[in-house]
Amino acid sequence: MKTVLAISGIVIKELYRRKDFYVLFVLTAVITLLMGSVSFFHDTNSVRYVKDIALLLIWISALVIAIGTTARQIPAEREHRTIFPLLAKPVTRWQVILGKFAGCWLACGLALIVLYLFFGIVSGSREHHWPLLNFCTALWLHWVMLGVVVAFVLLGSVVFTAPSSNATITFIVVLGILFLGRYLNQVALQQPEPLRSIVYGIYFLIPHLEWYDVRDLIIYDQNLVGWMDCALATLYAVIYMAVFLLGTWLVFRRKALNL
Amino acid sequence: MRKLGPYLILLLLLAAGFSLATVLQERVSGWSKRGDSDNVLKVLLGDGRRLFANHFFVQADISFHSGYYPSIFDQANRPKDNRHLTAKEGEPAAEEHEKQMNFLGPPRDWIERFGRHFIITGHTHLEGNNRSEVLPWLKLSAELDPQKIETYTVAAYWLRDLGKIKEAERFLREGFLNNPESYEILLELGRLYYEHNHDVARARKIWDLALRRWSEQEAANKQPDLLKLDQIAVNLAHLEEQEGNLARAIQLLELCKKGSPHPEALQKQIDALKQKLAAPLPSAAPEAR
Repeated sequence: MKTVLAISGIVIKELYRRKDFYVLFVLTAVITLLMGSVSFFHDTNSVRYVKDIALLLIWISALVIAIGTTARQIPAEREHRTIFPLLAKPVTRWQVILGKFAGCWLACGLALIVLYLFFGIVSGSREHHWPLLNFCTALWLHWVMLGVVVAFVLLGSVVFTAPSSNATITFIVVLGILFLGRYLNQVALQQPEPLRSIVYGIYFLIPHLEWYDVRDLIIYDQNLVGWMDCALATLYAVIYMAVFLLGTWLVFRRKALNL
Repeated sequence: MRKLGPYLILLLLLAAGFSLATVLQERVSGWSKRGDSDNVLKVLLGDGRRLFANHFFVQADISFHSGYYPSIFDQANRPKDNRHLTAKEGEPAAEEHEKQMNFLGPPRDWIERFGRHFIITGHTHLEGNNRSEVLPWLKLSAELDPQKIETYTVAAYWLRDLGKIKEAERFLREGFLNNPESYEILLELGRLYYEHNHDVARARKIWDLALRRWSEQEAANKQPDLLKLDQIAVNLAHLEEQEGNLARAIQLLELCKKGSPHPEALQKQIDALKQKLAAPLPSAAPEAR
């Protein structure tokens, strides 16, 4: 456990040493504040459009951080040949994977805390009410979803040769699931056999990341997601994280480390 | 000759650049075909901005429904027009819309059933202080596509509803400047003058112009916009009736019958007006004695 935490600590340090997060945070803040300062028809009551834009930017930033940070972890270690002294400590390959995963996931969590804190301040200062529990639920679900993405990118980083191709493919897959995942069953029902069974099979196989996108509930001040639903969604995500991490280990344990 | 220091060269270059800028400024504006009136969004996005304008208009509709809105996969249930955006509860357009928005149906599998715990599943409309939430999206839509007429009419409806009459008038005038042929904007502008400013003369002029514009554009069409004709003519007929011009009011109601879904109700109104017109004036009776 200590080894895993030590490896994850290095990944977290890398996040705050690199400029990616700062750039994304400043961009999110500037665009949100700029949109928030615009007055439409001398109206000061409208706030939902600011929340909508801010949350969209937060989701984009978080995805860029998660995919960008994770995609370069193992390829960078191999490229700089630091993987050899790391494995000579002795550290097993499974611990390397787990450490990298924990580091990237925790780093995403830290970034999310800062981004949601900013969102909470902007939203609360305009709406004059602070639904903290709703914000915490949204943050938790968002973070859990990023865990699945991080595990998927780690698997990609041992399968694909370059971090860029891994990042691009992951972006396409994640965005595809977020936009279309919910409707694949409807699409399947309109297809003839055997395409119907194939599409339905994909529908049941993919991790339904769109569940974790509860932006609308926050924007339109709707009821909180129930605790049981939240717990079940977390369990569902943990299963997919385990599947991807196990897949990563199965590929990585026999992989030649020199490029 | 003494060598020029680097700072002096820098100053000379800056002075040369400044002088050239003053000379070129006027010429450069002539090179571009773009007018000065083009805003930043138009320059950046070109004609592609119309796509975004439509997106923002839909976003206003989503905001109006507090996030409960059919996706592209529920196309059949998507609102076909924008009447629901300006319809009060109990009106036929609102009732029809209520049926349209019942798009979710029973869940097809456990994934869909569970997924519904994380989305908005209730059909509600904006009310109270939240009514202004559609306005930013409509304003953005109008900025991106000034030729999208419904943006102006829907925004004006909500602005009037919020009591922002001056803003509604200004926005409609902006829309009319961009779309001088639009009878829809004229209809809204007439309503604003008649219902809020009580300026009957101006409302009549504007509705007359709206009627003219409708005839110019729609009369020859195979499928003319009869609903708008009905709205313009009914409004104008009521105005004329109140002003005592009964003959003109009858004439306008006859025109409405073409497009009205309830021509029998209009016929009753026409008959009542005809009776009123035929009856002797109350002031004429004492004179006869």
